[in-house]
Amino acid sequence: MIWQTWNDFVAMGGYAPYVWGSVGATAAGVLLEVLALRARRRAALARNVLSKGRP
Amino acid sequence: MTSPTSHAAPRLAPGRIHWFGYASPQVFYPVAGRLIPWFAGAALVLAAIGLAIGFLVAPTDHQQGDAYRIIFVHVPAAWLSMLIYVAMAFWAGLGLVLNTRLSAMMARALAPTGALFTFLALWTGALWGRPTWGAWWVWDARLTSELLLLFLYVGFMALQAAIDDPVRGDKAGAVIALVGVINVPVIYFSVQWWNTLHQGASVSLRAAPSMATTMLAGMLVMTFALWAYAIAAVLARLRCIILERERGVAP
Repeated sequence: MIWQTWNDFVAMGGYAPYVWGSVGATAAGVLLEVLALRARRRAALARNVLSKGRP
Repeated sequence: MTSPTSHAAPRLAPGRIHWFGYASPQVFYPVAGRLIPWFAGAALVLAAIGLAIGFLVAPTDHQQGDAYRIIFVHVPAAWLSMLIYVAMAFWAGLGLVLNTRLSAMMARALAPTGALFTFLALWTGALWGRPTWGAWWVWDARLTSELLLLFLYVGFMALQAAIDDPVRGDKAGAVIALVGVINVPVIYFSVQWWNTLHQGASVSLRAAPSMATTMLAGMLVMTFALWAYAIAAVLARLRCIILERERGVAP
């Protein structure tokens, strides 16, 4: 562990907006893609059920 | 799989590996479904390890301070943006030549994830450029060719979305994908071919790494994490495309 305190970790040596902006954007991008894929799968399954006339 | 229902997968003789059998969307659909949890799980575990190494263990850089920690997402995203493009061009080209349905679907499935990683490479690059170069953006060879990569992904997706007939869309997209693949070596070697502001390669097969071992380890583990994530996401999207295009394939 290289950080003495929690605040040191959050501050990232004064580069917090840049470092956390990068990590946060990556996490947000991944999360949005997962949600979009889930919605697309649900829509495709619903359409297939409708087209087959199953309940 | 052996039950002769109306939309059963093609029957395959037991005891052999049917490589071409997997090129059938019906056969690959359940295979992809079984692979997704493994790749997603690997991505989560590797990301936890990679972030712990990168943000808790790796030392502060003596030149760039803690701003360098952007490397742990920037480099993996940039590598994947190029790798996914090459994979997309490969599958699109294979679909164009062999007329295999699954290849073209794989190319379609790769594009959005590739575009996401290209955007993230540019975004994290801007956030790294500002504190180290003093500029969010410069029209440097590396940055400009990576921006062109984003436009190629967007162009590929837009063209395929604009063509109603999926098979014609696959073919038109394949042409863009194959022409655009020239851009990938341009991105990769841009830091050698031109005098750029962007730093040179961090990792090379011919030279010892120019960074501390823990920094390198964090970067590589994060690369494998995003790689595993990308495989899981692409397989999930491929299953959606199979469901959309091959009605009555799967549950």
